[in-house]
Order: sequence, then C-alpha cells, then structure tokens
Amino acid sequence: MIKVLSVCGLGQGTSLILKMNVEQALTEKGIQADVEHMDVSTASSMSADYIITSNELAEGLEGHSAKLIIVNNYFDLDEINQAIDNHIVEN
Amino acid sequence: MRFLEKGLVKVGAKAADAEDAIKQAGVLLADAKTVEDVYIDAMVQSFQENGPYFVLAPHIAIPHARPEDGVKEASVSLLQLKEPITFGHSSNDPVQLIFGLGASSSEEHIDLLKKLTQLLNKEENVNQLRTAASYHDIKTIIEMEENK
Repeated sequence: MIKVLSVCGLGQGTSLILKMNVEQALTEKGIQADVEHMDVSTASSMSADYIITSNELAEGLEGHSAKLIIVNNYFDLDEINQAIDNHIVEN
Repeated sequence: MRFLEKGLVKVGAKAADAEDAIKQAGVLLADAKTVEDVYIDAMVQSFQENGPYFVLAPHIAIPHARPEDGVKEASVSLLQLKEPITFGHSSNDPVQLIFGLGASSSEEHIDLLKKLTQLLNKEENVNQLRTAASYHDIKTIIEMEENK
C-alpha cells in the first residue's frame, strides 16, 4: 500500500477536498493507498511515498523525500487522474 | 450544518480586492451566526500568511481558517462577484465565486465538503453558478445536484 499526503495551508479544508478526489481517482484505478490530509509543516516532518498539493504550496515542501505531485484544479478529476497516471505507478 | 442557504449567499456582489472578498464571505457566515467575528480576521490572516493556495480551481476560492478560530457550526457561504478579481494565483485567476468555509472539526464538516466537492466537480455547475442572476437560480443548481 502506498502512502499519500494531501497538503494545504491549514490542513482543515482544501486538503480534505483534495483527499476526497484523490481517493476516488485511486479507487477507480484499483490502486490501494492510504491518503492523509494535513498542513505543510506537519507534512514536512512525515514520511510518505507521494505528496499531492498545489503549485502555491509546493515550494515549502521542496527537498522532501516523497515524490511531489502538483494539482492546479482540485475539482478537475481528469487532471487528478492524469497526475496520478504520470506519477504513481503501482508496485 | 448550514450549506448555501439563502442568508449565506450574496449574488452580484462587488469587491475591491481579494481581502475584501474574503471578508465579505466571512461576514455572510458571521451574520448567520455560524462563526464568531474573529473568524473573519483569521480567514484574512491565513491568506496573508499562506497565500492564495485556496483558489482551488479556475474562478473558485475557498477561504477559511481553523475550527478553533471561532466556528460555531459547520457552514458554507457564497459570495458571487459581478466582476471577477485577481487573488494572485498562478493558474486559477480571476476569481468570481468565493465560498467562505466555516471549518468545524465535526463529522458535519466532512459531509459539508463532500456536498461542495460534488457540486464543484462539475464544470457546468460552476459555469451556472457564475452566471446565476439570483438566489433562486443558485438554489435550483444546488437542488438539481442533490437530487441526482
């Protein structure tokens, strides 16, 4: 099972929206994943396989050991699907 | 849980800039008594500290703060602008729909975000919300989505 963090500024609202759509996309692809939502500073000190966030917050996560995936439109399931196809390969 | 009820929605509003729009979306929540007045300041402060990352999609911003910043009830307001404004986001400006989120730590918060996500995942809903001329129009869009 892969571990994915969805990250926003506060870890309360927008990261939860992203988590919902990422979980939906992963489930449809049959990829087993544990998706957790949180703020940037919590994510910085947590290990994971992938971090999904916006371009605006990615800078604060540079150097993290997880692979960083940028999503610009949180409500565009096509973009989220594409981002997952481009970055996440099921092991 | 209060989701885009009549008192929480303002159609055809004007805003001078991003901060003004965030405040107005917050005032809608405060007037409906779902958040304390201090929550509005916390929303603006989050924008100042964390930037416009909450402009989640083209035309759409979802400003909010933390549950402990004065949320009384899980709630979502909507400020629909007559003229869109810029928030300084790299790909999703300009913004026309500002959804003020009263973020609670309850189970209702998750239900509320599910409803909002379901509504905004469809581009045609977003376009209709942008062009809605009255609360009646907005209510129709929400009800059609809920009854699907």
